Amino acid sequence: MIQVGIDVGAKFIKVVLIKDGKVVVKDQTASGFEGKENVKTLYDQVLQQAGISPDEVDSITSTGSGRKVVDFATKSITDVTAAAKGATSLYPEVHTVIDVGAEEGRSIRCNQDGKIVDFAINEKCAAGAGAFTEAMARALEIPLEKFGELSLNSTKEIPMNAQCAVFAESEVVSLLHAKTPKEDIAKAINDAVASRITSMVRKVGFVKEIALIGGVAYNIGFIKSLEADLKDKIIVPEGPEYVCAYGAALITN
Amino acid sequence: MAKEFWRWKEYNWKSEDIDWKGGTTISAGVDVGSVSSQSVILVDGELFAYSNMRTGSDSPMSAQNAMNWALEKTDMKLENIHYVVGTGYGRVNVPFANKTITEIACHARGANFMYGNTVRTLIDMGGQDCKAIQCDEKGKVVNFLMNDKCAAGTGRGMEVFADLLSLSIEEVGELSFQIDEEPEPVSSTCVIFAKSEATRLLRDGWPKNKVLAAYSSAMAHRVVTLLERIGIQKDFAITGGIAKNIGVVNRLQKEIGIETLKTDYDTQIAGALGAALFGKVLAEKARK
Repeated sequence: MIQVGIDVGAKFIKVVLIKDGKVVVKDQTASGFEGKENVKTLYDQVLQQAGISPDEVDSITSTGSGRKVVDFATKSITDVTAAAKGATSLYPEVHTVIDVGAEEGRSIRCNQDGKIVDFAINEKCAAGAGAFTEAMARALEIPLEKFGELSLNSTKEIPMNAQCAVFAESEVVSLLHAKTPKEDIAKAINDAVASRITSMVRKVGFVKEIALIGGVAYNIGFIKSLEADLKDKIIVPEGPEYVCAYGAALITN
Repeated sequence: MAKEFWRWKEYNWKSEDIDWKGGTTISAGVDVGSVSSQSVILVDGELFAYSNMRTGSDSPMSAQNAMNWALEKTDMKLENIHYVVGTGYGRVNVPFANKTITEIACHARGANFMYGNTVRTLIDMGGQDCKAIQCDEKGKVVNFLMNDKCAAGTGRGMEVFADLLSLSIEEVGELSFQIDEEPEPVSSTCVIFAKSEATRLLRDGWPKNKVLAAYSSAMAHRVVTLLERIGIQKDFAITGGIAKNIGVVNRLQKEIGIETLKTDYDTQIAGALGAALFGKVLAEKARK
């Protein structure tokens, strides 16, 4: 049986192909401006890599904020459903799934069977999403990939006053002018995003174990800040940005 | 250095008709905002001089600079002023102020002077915040709501767009009407999201002015949601820097179906003007 999951996010499209319950190929591309065409190109590529022809595919499930563009999908599910399914399938002991993407953050609480009990989403504002850290990395003039590690060098606790990414940018510039070391500012930013995510997690309540998925899970500094806030260990799967596509692939008609 | 499109002109002004030496009460108001600072000098309650400058990183210095600049065109000295009231987000940092009063109270009082005593609903669209204020015929605050958490609906948001589109902040209002058809607004909840939407639209081939129109309506809509929560009673007026942006003002008027009052005064000085008006009363009280 061949199952495909396609997650069309704000920044990236992710495709996962499962054959007889095992992930065979996973790949991604930028969402770009031609979302519909990019999805098709990536899908074809994944099939090619797997050596599978289109008529061998049993199911195609789409998810993500841009899932509507996948007009060849056999099923379409919400990001919340996909995230919960993906994370709890990987780790049956997980009951709280935190998914932080480029423009959205969500916290999902599941029961013993992996069924969703409650969830909260922020999709209105960049604070508490990857876009916030991205804007701050730009203001600090450091590559996003280095951001997490850099912040690990700091033990300082500088409070950020601004919630809004636009205001926070000015705050970062003021901190730089005041000769604050970049690692301290990076830590302050990770702390700020973590505290916003934490308040969302607390709103829905959390039960061990906790998993963090989505592209922001690559930010090791953010994970540390979040663990400190939640006072708990957080499980981060390999390829955290693929978990929603994986969850989608598992859900068929 | 790259051109800074958001940068607006700083200026000062002095009345040619008033001889301050003949005045009984000279009062001043200094409004240190998050983005701009103003200073207003009144002679017996008449507008004598004012200045408008960008706020620096140091609030006491910004207050001093704004005051000095308002005085610059006159032969008045700071010690000739009987009473100074500080207001705005940096009001506690006006070293020469006799008293500080919140900017909400000052804007309501300033609008009452600027637009007349029929103003009941006022929206102050500042650099980093937006306040919806209900006031009575004396310019006293009855109720207010404010957004200071988020750049959507503030002047700073518009500066971000002026920079993105490489258009001068002083022209964006006019330019947003040079379009064939009014587009759908971009995200009204977050400037960062609006910016990424705008980038997408530009790459799609949208002309700059059309993108500007889409942002101007988003901004107007954001402010309307604040207004609706407090309730809109006539007459309606706008103060702050965005009051000068017809791209936002006209779209806001259209959405609420109410015309805003017009004024010949500079809408950015409303806070400092209100502070100076309070200063006049306080100076007279102190003398009794």
